[in-house]
Amino acid sequence: MNPSPRGFREMKAVVVRFAGDSGDGMQIVGERFTDTSVTVPNAIATFPDYPAEIRAPIGTIAGVSAFQVHFGSQTVLTPGDEPDALVAMNPAALAVHMVDLAPGGLLIVNSASFNEENLAMAGFKSNPLEDPELRKKYDLISIDITGLAVEALKESPLSHRDKLRTKNFFALGFSYWVYGRPIEPTMDYINGKWAKKAPDVADANIRVLKAGYFLGETMETTRNRYMVSRAEVEPGTYRKISGNEAIALGLIAGARKAGREMLFSGYPITPASSILEALASFKHFGVKTVQAEDEIAAIGVALGASFAGQIGVTGTSGPGMCLKSEFIGLATSTELPLVIVNVQRGGPSTGLPTKTEQSDLLQALYGRHGESPLPVVAANSPSDCFSAAFEAVRIALEYSTPVILLSDGYLANGSEPWKIPDEDSLPEIRKPFAEPGQPYVTFARDPETLARTQAIPGQVGLEHRIGGLEKDGKGTISYDPENHGEMTRLRAAKVDAVAKHIPPLRVTGAGKGKLLVIGWGGTHGAITSAVDSLAAEGFEVGSTNIRHLNPLPPDLGDLIKGFDKVLVPELNSGQLCMILRSRFLVDAVPMNKIKGRPFKVSEIRERILELLNA
Amino acid sequence: MATDIQNIPPVPQLTRKDFVTPNDVRWCPGCGDYAILNSLQRTLPELGVPCENFVIISGIGCSSRFPYYMQTYGFHTIHGRAPTVATGVKVANPDLSVWIVTGDGDGLSIGGNHLMHLLRRNLNVTVLLFNNRIYGLTKGQYSPTSPEGTRTKTTPTGSVDHPLNPLLFALGAEATFIARTVDNNPKHMVETFKAAHEHQGVSFVEIFQNCVIFNDSAWDPVYAKENRDQQMLTLEPGKPLLFGKNKEKGIRLNGLTPEICEASSPDVLIHQPDHTSPLYAQMIATLGLPDFPTPIGVIRRIQRPTYEAQIQQQMDEVRAKRGNGTLRELLHGSSTWTVS
Repeated sequence: MNPSPRGFREMKAVVVRFAGDSGDGMQIVGERFTDTSVTVPNAIATFPDYPAEIRAPIGTIAGVSAFQVHFGSQTVLTPGDEPDALVAMNPAALAVHMVDLAPGGLLIVNSASFNEENLAMAGFKSNPLEDPELRKKYDLISIDITGLAVEALKESPLSHRDKLRTKNFFALGFSYWVYGRPIEPTMDYINGKWAKKAPDVADANIRVLKAGYFLGETMETTRNRYMVSRAEVEPGTYRKISGNEAIALGLIAGARKAGREMLFSGYPITPASSILEALASFKHFGVKTVQAEDEIAAIGVALGASFAGQIGVTGTSGPGMCLKSEFIGLATSTELPLVIVNVQRGGPSTGLPTKTEQSDLLQALYGRHGESPLPVVAANSPSDCFSAAFEAVRIALEYSTPVILLSDGYLANGSEPWKIPDEDSLPEIRKPFAEPGQPYVTFARDPETLARTQAIPGQVGLEHRIGGLEKDGKGTISYDPENHGEMTRLRAAKVDAVAKHIPPLRVTGAGKGKLLVIGWGGTHGAITSAVDSLAAEGFEVGSTNIRHLNPLPPDLGDLIKGFDKVLVPELNSGQLCMILRSRFLVDAVPMNKIKGRPFKVSEIRERILELLNA
Repeated sequence: MATDIQNIPPVPQLTRKDFVTPNDVRWCPGCGDYAILNSLQRTLPELGVPCENFVIISGIGCSSRFPYYMQTYGFHTIHGRAPTVATGVKVANPDLSVWIVTGDGDGLSIGGNHLMHLLRRNLNVTVLLFNNRIYGLTKGQYSPTSPEGTRTKTTPTGSVDHPLNPLLFALGAEATFIARTVDNNPKHMVETFKAAHEHQGVSFVEIFQNCVIFNDSAWDPVYAKENRDQQMLTLEPGKPLLFGKNKEKGIRLNGLTPEICEASSPDVLIHQPDHTSPLYAQMIATLGLPDFPTPIGVIRRIQRPTYEAQIQQQMDEVRAKRGNGTLRELLHGSSTWTVS
């Protein structure tokens, strides 16, 4: 079913947002559209946006769930600012998302759901579909999706209720027609999922998918369809990957390259749970998982595994980090390897569990009792979560230290194509372990990394005791004031030593000039897109994304010196900005957004231009 | 980490001295902990486990200094959390013999949640809960096992908390091995520790321990020389529940209620820790002063698969079905596409 290119308008990139009730299957539609588009291939990035309530009352504003797909024939680094097209399955979805749709944008609505009750719940006093202004402002396609889906299933033995549930595939089929995408990959998906256990469901979904597609073919319409050509993609083998999947893979790869088994222990928390879920199905890769009774237990189990010679990992989100902090102190004091993944979400407290934020940076750096420095690394895109997780495991083992890996809800749930690395290209990780037969000194250190040499229960003759009480170099409890000062210094010096092996910063745009944009974590895509475009337009603008937040990259200071101004966009009130100002005595300008949503490229562009013109 | 374990056969020549560290023991003179330490140091050499395979894990409190005094691998963790670290150690390496040392505050107050989950999961580890009914290390506040009305610095007019019975707690969490012993009977402690070690599954041992400074003689009504004949009931599997100077009294059931009877009564209960119903164990666990003698010994011992063995079994089953996953398989996953 390859559509003829006639009637298509060529676009470099398109952003489509699917929105509906949380029971309408919008996440599935978004996922399918993504999977179909990656194989074109298009460059792609996605962002699901779903409510914290599993099933808020049907038809309400609170129950709206959305999925945004950005696909293009050139580099795509973000899920897109405003959608070019909005598929709204009910009035509430329209009410929530219409504001983001660019004027002239394509608006596809399920007219069947625009009844009095739903309109009232969405806060509409009259039916917006009957408002001529709406038609003027947007390219409106109003379709009785529900009715046509049920009509397509006249012969189906499914119950009326089940027939209604297929309507998301109608919307998907129609969207495929609009963008000239093949429907076969989705048919394969439907068959794979239902053909065996519920053939009637498979049959119905495929019928409705096709009905949606063919509606476009038969609709008496002169409207344009949109075409996004193949992207020039680097040759290689690719897969689609979300941030949390990539973390799971990066952790295992790190453990493998260190010759260690991995034990992951977590407690369910949004948006981190899917790391534990992914790892629980990776038993054949030698991963053990423990769903612990609480956040504290989860890190305790992980630390126990590290003490026993494996690499222990735990994962959580902000509130869970608070609960783990006492144990992180113990891991710092006992100098055991440990990785703590924090998939950040809007806080404080329960906050915005399903929304993204970067507000745990200072907690990661300083949020513990006593002086307890530890390395902090951050991932900057869904697929980059792999490299960041691998790096966290490397530092944890090579420096015998707990490491915090920061991700966020935006990266965790977003997905993008990932060029699968050659497994041999991943570096070996070397962990200092004690040799039986030699006298064992608990805090004997590697001269370069300052990592302590670890002995493992079961090793003959290396029996020793560790614990949270301050020890001297031999591992004996010591309250000596000089010793406490020295051990505190050594713990910090060890973390600082990580900087020796931080690769040079990557700079987008100019290497020196008027304005440097410094970001960390998931703002990378938006910042890079903005700076790339401005640099291409001739502005002396550069940007960098900091992977290592503690210790900071050794070349950061020199990079900063090469620019007149520094802008630090963050999804918090200026946490990295504060660090940079104090560390480098630079008059860095914060740019803050605390709305539970990522930056738009346009927002960053505008701010850069403002500063350049100031 | 099985590769790092040297599978050498049991070392029968180990002695108590092999488990003594050169560190000065810093408990108060007269503390019950000394006797417990001594008894464990006498027990471990007799278990047929090489020294390097013992791991002792503690939380925070007087009792939790224990690992520092044992010449084994040890981890003095944080308050209440020893069961979590022990779980990680045991799941990572099931070959290790893991002992958790905790107290009534550490194990039942701040760490009650972890202890509950450790017990229900049935990890094959041993929990030694030193019960002195007081917070010692923080200098004498009441604990979750202090009797109602206990006067301490934080309860100058007497505590109003109803105390927790550690045995009932363990039974409620369906621990598969539950026992009680006393710090003034080294022989009984060694026997109990051995039985706990032999049990395949979680072993919970409450130890009546005397805090000489803040709660001295708390257990004297049960185990002082002048009281123990009448006030303590020593349980032995298969033997009748008898007590008294000449074992002249017994315990029988009247309906669902225990009562004291003559030893000669044909209804005297026979101790059966292996009974599958928890009712018997619950009845025994509730016995105590002032109406009944307080039982010591193995109260319950049943069989259930261990947590770590089941994890291992699932790993083996998945590997048998899907093979040993390679790094390449991991990275590629189930769905890829190639761009040339």
